[in-house]
Amino acid sequence: MLEVTKLECRRGDRRLFSDLDFALGAGTLLHVRGRNGSGKTTLLRTLCGLFTPDAGEIRWQGESIRRLGEDYRRDLLYFGHLNGIKGDLTGIENLAVAATLDGDDVHRPAIWEALERIGLAGFEDLPTRMLSQGQKKRVALARLILTRSRLWVLDEPFTALDVDAVTLLQSLISTHVDAGGLAVLTTHQEVPLTSGQVERLDLGN
Amino acid sequence: MLRVFWCILTRDLTLALRRRTDVLTTLFFFVIVVSLFPLGVGTEHQVLRILGPGVVWVAALLASMLALERLFAADYDDGTLEQMLLTAQPLALLVLAKIAAHWLLTGLPLVLIAPLVGMQYHLSETAIGVMMLSLLLGTPVLSLIGAIGAALTLGLRGGGILLSLLILPLYIPVLVYGAGAVEVSVIDLSDTMPYLTLLGAFLMVALIFAPVASAAALRISIE
Repeated sequence: MLEVTKLECRRGDRRLFSDLDFALGAGTLLHVRGRNGSGKTTLLRTLCGLFTPDAGEIRWQGESIRRLGEDYRRDLLYFGHLNGIKGDLTGIENLAVAATLDGDDVHRPAIWEALERIGLAGFEDLPTRMLSQGQKKRVALARLILTRSRLWVLDEPFTALDVDAVTLLQSLISTHVDAGGLAVLTTHQEVPLTSGQVERLDLGN
Repeated sequence: MLRVFWCILTRDLTLALRRRTDVLTTLFFFVIVVSLFPLGVGTEHQVLRILGPGVVWVAALLASMLALERLFAADYDDGTLEQMLLTAQPLALLVLAKIAAHWLLTGLPLVLIAPLVGMQYHLSETAIGVMMLSLLLGTPVLSLIGAIGAALTLGLRGGGILLSLLILPLYIPVLVYGAGAVEVSVIDLSDTMPYLTLLGAFLMVALIFAPVASAAALRISIE
């Protein structure tokens, strides 16, 4: 479903990676590994279309993602270093905006349920700037429960999370992969994934 | 489509209402700049009546300039802009909603407070009416053109100064015709028509091109 051919990315004069090829089928998890500065985040942003590669092509279901544009972005969920939530809005409001933008017809009860499941019961109505780092991250990760996207691109999703949240996130990812979804993630900690096909990609060698 | 536009508009308005100081600073800046001139050049009615339209319009340009920096910066800092770029919605539509919210918060208050500042310059009632009308047509153009500059300078160091250098020259036509409309209204009210029609034309052109241009600029800036 997701194919990458001869991908090359530079930052300034430095070449991060070149001739990168891989193809991921449905129900696969790609674990991207590498030292700090080896280009993991750049690769993930390139996969989302936020960064233009210097060479090579990324195809989604056989079509170049440049050409697919909005159709590709409908299938994509990106979770970056920034949580992408507004500090002055409550968790509920943040998720409602995100759901509307994703084009999902999500109702309030579903959002309340998602926040409860992610462990934020009782914090739904607080502006998110009052929450701790980990809790903010949980608000952002609640989108994973609500979304219908098939490709998840997660950049360091486990940092700042406590043990319970890590377990929950792992189960979310494996359910997604089990259901035929794709996930690309970077993490420094080893994540035991119970099911699905796990591929590994090492950058910076 | 409309639902998404409405969603971003209400989101930005809610955010501004929870952080009112940002809106008020623009308005007070406008009022203070306009009020400084009568203090500086004296209270001669004749002089003030000639200076009035130009001063009000220049102050409006500067005030809208002041607020521009925040148009995309806050969303850029917390990553929500990145998420907007990755949604399946047309980015130009989202940008237009953000510009609309920005105008409601920074442009419309200037229009509404214009009679009050006009009084300091002994402008006649008709002149004040024309001034409000020209501001109503002109300030959205300022927000629209400004959005392109704000998108281009996003995330740059010292972007604020660069933004003014980039955008202020583009504001000149709006300034000329906006202030011109008020000046000619003193002679004959019907003379203002061409000025206001031209401002309306600027608005139409900006409304069509600015959101698309800003969206393209945002995609470049976010890389």
